[in-house]
Amino acid sequence: MTKKPNPVFIFSFLSFLKRKQEKRDIHIQDRLFYFFLKGLSWSLIFLFFYMLFVIFQMSWPAFSHFGMKFFVNIEWNSWTKNFGALSLIYGTAVTSFLALLLAVPVSVGVALFLNELSPGWLARPLGFVVEMLAAVPSIVYGLWGLFVLAPVLRDYVQSFLSKYLSFLPIFQGNYYGVGMMCGGVILAIMIIPTISSICREVFRTIPEANREAVLGLGTTRWEMLKIAVLKGSSTGIIGAVIMGLGRALGETMAVTMVIGNATSIKASLFEPAQTMASILANQYAEADNELHLASLTAVGFSLFCLSLIINILALLLVWRMEKKFYPRRKNRKNNVFSIGKVKV
Amino acid sequence: MSDVLVKIRNLSASFSSVTVLKNINLEIPSRKVVAFIGPSGCGKSTFLRCLNRMHEEVPGADIQGQIFLEGQNIYEKHIDPVLVRRKVGMVFQKPNPFPGLSIFDNVAVGLKLMGVKKRVLYERVEDSLKQAALWGEVKNILKRQGTSLSGGQQQRLCIARALAINPSVVLMDEPTSALDPISTARIENLIRRLKEKVTVIIVTHNMQQASRISDKTAFLLSGELVEYEKTSKIFTNPSEVRTESYITGRFG
Amino acid sequence: MSSEKELSLDNGAVIYSYSLRDRWRKWCNYFMLGCLFLLSLIAAIPFLFIVYYVLAKGISSVNWDFFTQLPKPPGEEGGGMSNALIGSLVVVGMASLVGIPWGMGMGVYLSEYRATRTAKALRFVVDLLISAPSIVIGIFIYGFIVVRYGFSSYAGSAALLLIMLPVVAKGTEEILKMVPNHIREAGLALGIPRWKVIVRIIIPSVLSMCVTVIMLAIARIAGETAPLLFTALGNQYHIRDLSEPIATLPVQIYEFSKSGFEQMEKQAWAGAMVLVLFVFFINFFTRMFLFFYKKDKIKPFQKGK
Repeated sequence: MTKKPNPVFIFSFLSFLKRKQEKRDIHIQDRLFYFFLKGLSWSLIFLFFYMLFVIFQMSWPAFSHFGMKFFVNIEWNSWTKNFGALSLIYGTAVTSFLALLLAVPVSVGVALFLNELSPGWLARPLGFVVEMLAAVPSIVYGLWGLFVLAPVLRDYVQSFLSKYLSFLPIFQGNYYGVGMMCGGVILAIMIIPTISSICREVFRTIPEANREAVLGLGTTRWEMLKIAVLKGSSTGIIGAVIMGLGRALGETMAVTMVIGNATSIKASLFEPAQTMASILANQYAEADNELHLASLTAVGFSLFCLSLIINILALLLVWRMEKKFYPRRKNRKNNVFSIGKVKV
Repeated sequence: MSDVLVKIRNLSASFSSVTVLKNINLEIPSRKVVAFIGPSGCGKSTFLRCLNRMHEEVPGADIQGQIFLEGQNIYEKHIDPVLVRRKVGMVFQKPNPFPGLSIFDNVAVGLKLMGVKKRVLYERVEDSLKQAALWGEVKNILKRQGTSLSGGQQQRLCIARALAINPSVVLMDEPTSALDPISTARIENLIRRLKEKVTVIIVTHNMQQASRISDKTAFLLSGELVEYEKTSKIFTNPSEVRTESYITGRFG
Repeated sequence: MSSEKELSLDNGAVIYSYSLRDRWRKWCNYFMLGCLFLLSLIAAIPFLFIVYYVLAKGISSVNWDFFTQLPKPPGEEGGGMSNALIGSLVVVGMASLVGIPWGMGMGVYLSEYRATRTAKALRFVVDLLISAPSIVIGIFIYGFIVVRYGFSSYAGSAALLLIMLPVVAKGTEEILKMVPNHIREAGLALGIPRWKVIVRIIIPSVLSMCVTVIMLAIARIAGETAPLLFTALGNQYHIRDLSEPIATLPVQIYEFSKSGFEQMEKQAWAGAMVLVLFVFFINFFTRMFLFFYKKDKIKPFQKGK
């Protein structure tokens, strides 16, 4: 007698198989989704490093030809094929420094005023205006700087400075409007929203109780701001300033249009100059020989590295600031979405 | 009979037209510990913040009535809240030493702003740290960041900070709710000693704590003062049914 | 009951009077608060000036021809920027077509698998790319594409794509992070596979906010000039083939503003006005949108408020 299989057993076995099939399907879909997203992510990371590589490769002829002298050579001449980045570095440094000098007090002041003092009906439109400064395209800043700001600076500010403060070397010589000063002012306007919005973010991380504790000691409002807000967030403010510096260094179009484009090193802020970014915009499309192109790319590579270093520094500072107040916020390990290795 | 230090008359407070405190009348004797108990949201913290005019820092806050501190109505027009706050110190629920300042500076900052001379500054800081029973633990690490201390130490640092400017009243808003039992016990001991010098007004959720440390206890319920009596009486023989049912845990 | 007079202690009167130092502190306070107010005004003034000049100069030089005509040779009156407008549309459109799904995908990865090593690396790269000088991205595309295939609209789009990707990824991540974990856990607890939880529950709940992020990213790349200078280059005529150099609005504004001819400068201002209005419209629209939608969309997610 042959044994007949138990029908109940068959049924349960089939349903077991079916359930397993379903489970595998879900598993595969989840895995596919995960790896698809992971692929997208890795391709950007790859592109980033490939970008570094390509730019370095293109600038290698310049680095191998000039060596480290590239960074200390004042000359930039495509006829004699003698290229050095010092004048560009100088122009970048002066304009960025001037921009920070003007923008930092204004941005920190704006952030303090908007976050801590101003009533809502004033804070909202004012905050909107300051944030919109970041939305204006760089080319529009350039156009405005060239046709409006430069003449205004020439007629009112520079004439005044050269009349009364000309004993200082930075305010000597002829003035035309366009030049390092105009570049610095334009940059300052452009980085105000960057610095102030990060500052506002940083000020928001300070617990309300800290402000009240200082007020509770019988301090005036300004003293409260100084102790509770500014002292407590100094790391974050420095981070914000460095972020602003990063933006100022890399800013291209607006500066290109107002800086006057002359590769020279002059003490006077009225003189035209050239920054690392502006020379790229000016000469890259019409570079006339291999070495010229390679040198320009080398300038671009240095600019890229500089901006990377500065931004990493700023990120580290801002992170440190966040950790101070929310030390446990970063690694919530106990929920399913944050587990280090995702099992899908 | 002890002196009356704070006298509150018809105090009502609201947040953007939501009334939080209704017509509160009471007197607080000097050099005593007075506890305020009541369920969450009954207005205890708001009451406390009215006493040093911190309530008005919140947008939309409104306040009516008078509070007399040492005979002076602190809500009169010509009184600067800044000066009131110097007489009425405050300690918050969570320990909050000022970030970026050392332990010494945390205590000294109020004194420096008041123009205390460098020579006496160190002594004053030492005094207040001793009063807050923290001196022994921090005297060798005064340069360290205030935030590097443990929770209980931080809270005592905050108490020292409030004591440094020599207030006559110290307000404490659930000062131990964020601390472990051992730190809590230390702070309770500290509060019991503090009443030799200042009046302590403490808000607490913990009724055992209120019965342990306070001389008088007030029970607030949805913005009204239900009962205000000697602590021994309120916990053994309350005159109001609502108080009794709250204390025995029937609601709240 | 004791009267008010009896309550008064000896030093009651002294407490509330100002010392000289207090008066100094008070004036210091007023002075500094006034300074802060002035600083905020100083920050707001340039914006108003820029908007005023762009509108004033733009309106006087914009007309129907601007939108329909090709640019005239230097020195001649009239003409327009239709080639640049269409070119910008093409380049930005192509970049968005690839950039939106790619960027959003990365944003989802950053938010939903946030503690993986890839996510950490990607977050770092995204942060660096967002603040990298855009002209450097132009150089990369030059070396990567232009050297092999010449100046083309593809190269221009690729440059804009690289600028757009981190912006979209970061924005999407920030928005998805607002969805609290208990919603994800609730979905998973129902036995829904994880990818469906993400695609069907989490993304729809914040889709409108994601749209605003995308709009802002488009506004951002529409105004980019530097990376297009030596990728898309420029073109006097309408686009016939995508592999040719293509005119774009920001680059054309730049070229015209340097030309020195008054007619071309006028065209540049008109172009700037169109650009600014476009960017502001998007910004204003998204801000209004967030302002009104935030209340009912995001509030339920925030605990304790």
